[in-house]
Amino acid sequence: MARYRGNLEAIKGLVRETEVHRDVYIDEEVFQLEMEHVFANTWAYVGHDSQVAKPGDYYGTTIGTQPILMVRHTDNTVKVLHNRCPHKGTRITTESCGNTGKFFRCPYHAWSFKTDGSLLAIPLKKGYENTGVEQSHAGRGMSPVKHVHNYRGFVFAKLRDVGPGFEEFFGDSLSSFDNMVDRSPAGRLEVAGGVLRYMHNCNWKMLVENQTDTCHPMVAHESSAGTAIEVWKNAPPGAKKPMAVEIYAPFMAPYEFFENMGIRVWPNGHGHTGVHHSIHSDYSAVPGYFEKMAAAHGEERAKAILGENRHNTVYFPNIMIKGPIQLVRVFKPIAANKTLVESWTFRLVDAPDMLLERTLMYNRLINAPTSVVGHDDLEMYERAQEGLHVDANQWVNLQRLYDPSETPDTTAVTNGTTEWQMRNQFRAWSKFMTMSM
Amino acid sequence: MTAPTDQQLIDFVVRETRLIDQHRFEEWLDLFAEDGFYWMPLEWGQTDPRLTTSLMYEDKLLLKIRVERLKGNRTFSQKPKSRCHHVLQTPQVDSRNEAANEYVTWTPMHYVETRLDQQDLYAAWATHTLAVVDGALKIKLKRVDIVNCDAAFGNIQLFM
Repeated sequence: MARYRGNLEAIKGLVRETEVHRDVYIDEEVFQLEMEHVFANTWAYVGHDSQVAKPGDYYGTTIGTQPILMVRHTDNTVKVLHNRCPHKGTRITTESCGNTGKFFRCPYHAWSFKTDGSLLAIPLKKGYENTGVEQSHAGRGMSPVKHVHNYRGFVFAKLRDVGPGFEEFFGDSLSSFDNMVDRSPAGRLEVAGGVLRYMHNCNWKMLVENQTDTCHPMVAHESSAGTAIEVWKNAPPGAKKPMAVEIYAPFMAPYEFFENMGIRVWPNGHGHTGVHHSIHSDYSAVPGYFEKMAAAHGEERAKAILGENRHNTVYFPNIMIKGPIQLVRVFKPIAANKTLVESWTFRLVDAPDMLLERTLMYNRLINAPTSVVGHDDLEMYERAQEGLHVDANQWVNLQRLYDPSETPDTTAVTNGTTEWQMRNQFRAWSKFMTMSM
Repeated sequence: MTAPTDQQLIDFVVRETRLIDQHRFEEWLDLFAEDGFYWMPLEWGQTDPRLTTSLMYEDKLLLKIRVERLKGNRTFSQKPKSRCHHVLQTPQVDSRNEAANEYVTWTPMHYVETRLDQQDLYAAWATHTLAVVDGALKIKLKRVDIVNCDAAFGNIQLFM
């Protein structure tokens, strides 16, 4: 029975000023509507153009639950296509990534398509003479996604015509991408190391909210970060603190540290923690790196770039990036109670290898299915996914440091333990969910 | 012990997984050399643990953090605790280098990890690089290659 489809008021009623109804996390119909609206009216992350470096290189992924592919066209631009043969629906890419040469060839009936999706050839074409196939869906080739934007290597796409343009959607929030790219002496990033894939039996938005939840690390991660600190106390005096302990220890920083780090909210549901400092601020310097940055950018600019240590930047709807760590996490929705978390890492072109080494260590210590930090986060999400079935209270609270004068779609910097960014995400959710209803 | 026999190498590998299955993690940790590593690659045929991501690449300090954490009162993902079970094929001695004090074994295995109503099965190959340290065999490197190493997994909380 449809409770939400075609019922705008019911959808609007899910998000209140300081709380949201549990159905945004557990209801399959709401999930389906999110796929049709939230993920179609916003600019979703597709991938990085270094994944398709040469013409013919492709990478298959999803926007929401829609299969798409990103491909480097013969004219060197990056195209995004719906990943199905227009003939019978067969997924076109045979592997998750690879090189297709000058054209895609469907493995089922050998229909072929240029890398912009246009139809190249059909075997035994005379069988279609005078059938009007040119006017059919099939005859038009693979459907391209019309709205594609490559921002400094990061490729985004929007499935529908409704919704704001790229610049309007992201605005000043792009400064977090800028900082990540500027950390390369060459001003360029490359996907490197391999992607960690971690399956979560919970709703995708729990992960998004957690990225700016600064009141959980010292609680949920006491068992991992706290133990790391305790074990390191037994190290011989004068021993150099290992990279791994530098990575774990700040998770146990006191509330005051997180309050003072600050949170910035931007319009359209974007925001970040770590305005003034973050858990990434006090890592040891990597030998030779600053010299390269100073040579490339000048000393003052290099200091400014490296002095910006944003913690987590959330881009609505479903990614988080870490500039100082060169990490992008994508929270891929699969069902109301199932999310695939992909954690992608990047090499700063022309920087010492030790930076990539630290990035990869961070990723496996924090974001792997074998991570002791990840274990406790996932435990919390799965308990919430279960607990939300309690009928006696059907609301999730987002009230911390709420101010009734808080306006939607604004830019503000505030206390680092606020839940304003969570409220910001749900205001954006409501806006993009209902925009095309 | 000067040079271990093949049987001693095999017995060592079998006992190693037994200690894990019986949650005797402190004794298990003692099997590692001070500079020993536990490595679980992410990539099929991976050769580099440093500039290619791994599921785990941990020295003795990081392994100790894991073992200590498993005992903690606030280790929420271990309330209730996970259990595990290894089924090994007989370890094969791949190489013996007495001069270099390096012995390598290869062990196909199935590993089951359970928690609450959930039971997960993994198939893997364990490669042990062993050495004699102060008269006893120690692990210099335990490498665990999961057959579907690049699949999306849920929590893997104990040790394969």
